[in-house]
Amino acid sequence: MQMIDMTVNGELLHLDVPDDMPLLWALRDVAGLTGTKFGCGIAQCGACTVHVDGKPVRSCVMPVGAVGNRPVTTVEGVSETPVGKKVQEAWLDLEVVQCGYCQSGQIMSAAALLGRNPDPDDAAIDAAMAGNVCRCGTYPRIRAAIKQAATA
Amino acid sequence: MMTNPHGPAYGLLESTDLTVSSRRRFLQGTGLLMGFVWLGRRKAFAAGEEPSLKVIGGGGEDTGNAFEGFAPGGFIRIGRDGSITFVIPSTEMGQGIYTGEAMLLAEELEVGLDQVRIMPAPPNEELYRQPILKSQATGGSTSIRGAWVPMRQAGAAARTMLIGAAAAEWAVPSEECRAERAVITHIPSGRTLTYAALADASIRQPVPQDVPLKDPKDFKLIGKNTRRVDTPSKVDGSAQYGIDVKVEGMKIAAISICPVPDGKLVAVDDSQARKIKGVVDVIKIHNAVAVTGDHFWAARQGLAALKIEWDYGAKASLSSDSIWADLKQASETGKPVMGRSEGDADAKMASAAKRVDAVYELPLLAHATMEPINTTVHVRPDACEIWLGTQAPTAVQQVAAQVSGLPPEKVIVHNHLIGGGFGRRLVADSVQQAVEFAKQVSYPIKIIWTREQDLQHDLFRPAYYDRISAGLGADGFPVAWTDRTTGGSVLGSYLPTGLPEGVLDSDAIEGAAQPPYALPSIRVDWIRKDPPIKVNWWRGVGPTHNVFVVESFMDELAHAVGKDPLEYRRVLLKDNPRALGVLNLAAEKAGWGSPLPERTGRGISLHDSFGSYLATVVETSVTPAGQIKLKRIVAAVDCGFNILPDTIKAQIEGGMIFGLSAAMYNGITFKDGQVEQSNFHDYRQMRINEVPPFEVHIIPSTEGPGGIGESGTVSAAPALGNAIFAATGKRLRRLPFSREELQAPDIAKQTLGMVPPVALGVAIAASLGDAETGGSSGHQSQPAEV
Ligand code: FES
Ligand code: FES
Repeated sequence: MQMIDMTVNGELLHLDVPDDMPLLWALRDVAGLTGTKFGCGIAQCGACTVHVDGKPVRSCVMPVGAVGNRPVTTVEGVSETPVGKKVQEAWLDLEVVQCGYCQSGQIMSAAALLGRNPDPDDAAIDAAMAGNVCRCGTYPRIRAAIKQAATA
Repeated sequence: MMTNPHGPAYGLLESTDLTVSSRRRFLQGTGLLMGFVWLGRRKAFAAGEEPSLKVIGGGGEDTGNAFEGFAPGGFIRIGRDGSITFVIPSTEMGQGIYTGEAMLLAEELEVGLDQVRIMPAPPNEELYRQPILKSQATGGSTSIRGAWVPMRQAGAAARTMLIGAAAAEWAVPSEECRAERAVITHIPSGRTLTYAALADASIRQPVPQDVPLKDPKDFKLIGKNTRRVDTPSKVDGSAQYGIDVKVEGMKIAAISICPVPDGKLVAVDDSQARKIKGVVDVIKIHNAVAVTGDHFWAARQGLAALKIEWDYGAKASLSSDSIWADLKQASETGKPVMGRSEGDADAKMASAAKRVDAVYELPLLAHATMEPINTTVHVRPDACEIWLGTQAPTAVQQVAAQVSGLPPEKVIVHNHLIGGGFGRRLVADSVQQAVEFAKQVSYPIKIIWTREQDLQHDLFRPAYYDRISAGLGADGFPVAWTDRTTGGSVLGSYLPTGLPEGVLDSDAIEGAAQPPYALPSIRVDWIRKDPPIKVNWWRGVGPTHNVFVVESFMDELAHAVGKDPLEYRRVLLKDNPRALGVLNLAAEKAGWGSPLPERTGRGISLHDSFGSYLATVVETSVTPAGQIKLKRIVAAVDCGFNILPDTIKAQIEGGMIFGLSAAMYNGITFKDGQVEQSNFHDYRQMRINEVPPFEVHIIPSTEGPGGIGESGTVSAAPALGNAIFAATGKRLRRLPFSREELQAPDIAKQTLGMVPPVALGVAIAASLGDAETGGSSGHQSQPAEV
């Protein structure tokens, strides 16, 4: 039996899953990390966004076999990074969240954006965040919170 | 069997603590921690101490009289250990109701929100019936209107009993005691007792016959912004939605549902599926098949390996064309049900100086909640246990009881946070299906619908075909107004017993029957034409449909007589100060009348729905290629007393964006009996790059609070349609707005807009393991622009 070894939020996991299983389901159904959400399954909504080696990935279309030894960070672990913590604090300060279902993905996309661009303008925010759908329409606050996190 | 393997994630009790059996345990005095329970039931109190509904529910304010039958008890639990738990009757689906209702209780109970835990109410019509909806459900923007008086009274009654217990303990008059942050102080002596210490004694206090409520000027919590109670867990990933439930021994199921409504499953060849590692079972019901597995991926793989034969049945040729043709024909020849008739509209129409007529068409709409439909069920010989997010817990209980054959009290419902409701989760169709599957196996199963299933097997908002006319007097203002709406009955679909023909479904005319304007004569009626599919509530219900027609048409009338649409409305609102107030404020803040670039315009819409007044100005440009580019949104709202102002703003923002997605992009169509849309690539939603600067202005008010969860949605389409007219001179009377119709005449025709190219680059990058989603791929996501 083949096991997949994967570092998630700093912890080494041995998962008994097939190579082609999307990272999303390995995280949710096998590792028990349900903060990462299923929204569309075809990289259209961003609800499943996690970081692989610090970069945002739609985990619903990334096979676990493609992760390799790159570290995975999910919303449960993103507060360990300075940028992630700032993003979460801004999200709380501005009460971004409504139903919240998309917000793990939003936070992961925002943290990745600020990780590579500490002072994004509106166009940069659009570019990084347009892949994350929010049916509750929290976009104005997402934009404001990213700007607040950038100056925090 | 607990739901959360990672420990209490949300500060919520497990709802099993409130199941029938555990409540009974408490009543027998064995084991549970709660020393004081405000149950509002005889059994919870010693004889003679039963709280009278009249005492608590008979308040004279606003909606207070509506509360007969709404047991105000059951909301507050104070434990000997100092825990204070609020059992919140309304479902939290993003609208902030856990916080809003908790504020009402906490204000009068004299506790801080930081001192309480929130738990969702279990199904119990006796305790948690919503007084406006007359059932335990969350919808129609009714929650805060229903809770405003009784939940404060429940807090005040409990506080009175706690103070009474402290005063008795000290043998002092109650008037000398004051409660603050769950501590009672005897002011002259400075002695204190905590609520925890009084938990037992307070239950022996007489139920107060009269519970005066605070003067609003003394409010400590209500009216002030506070951190929402549900936000922290939604930011750190620990929030537990129905889809996140983990139950001991649970298997996860992927299903296939007959693609045509009312079709049947004929046969399944599962020989290949059963060979797949992780696949556990293949189970069948009349119109669907499920594969259970160790995880969703195994179940999906198993499902893909099935060979399924369907009988599509009688609806195999159902098409949108036939649905529209039926509506149009019914509109012309059907028998209307009267909604409102005043002032002989026909005679006034005949003698009017000018007549304007229009037809508006609105499509079937899906809910597309971010959290796809999912249900976890364990059917055991003695009980049926269900975990899900629902807007209607007792409906879930009833359906599960019917399907499982167990009595309702043996159905345990764990209600969770909801990743979007919008009316979808008022219906228990997925519960019926899940219990039918689950009763065939011994273990708990979690059924997850894919996004495709969530869209294609949704119960849609009906399509409407509406004919509206006005007769204008010599001054250009209406003397006659007729509005005939034609569509299916949502109520008829929703009520278990249906709605008899000829009976008015008030939802069909809500938003049309009572426009805020002075209209000397009006006739509003409805022709019922049920489509051959089930229909359902959708955010904004009747007003979302009807206000689009009314407010677009009001704009048409102004333009027909060469008047400014804002001025035109103002004249008709002379006797409606609240409506005029929001209209004027929105117009002023939006800079109504100031110059704009070419092919750019402002549109205004106004309505009074759910007890709240909202005016919205949308500013948009329309490119020569027909692309709608929003520039600015300004809203002004008067929703009566502001309980949580920041959440009012959030609901206007979110509701409006929800409505804009529908107006710009959404419509469900059928072809050959099947829904043509399948996922967010062809059921497009607004994305962050499409949302312009957005201002919400709130008018302070001492009126009773109005609902606010749906108002923004109602405003969206008419404000945008009117802005498009201002920008282009094109009146679009069909939703979603067509880009083709907006293309400048000299532009080569092209198809634009319904499909976002957004995530294609991301998808490819991600599947290749190249994680970069920023920069260029984001820009590719923008719709083509000219
Ligand atoms: S679930 Fe992965 S992008 Fe939607
Ligand atoms: S907060 Fe509900 S989908 Fe974004």
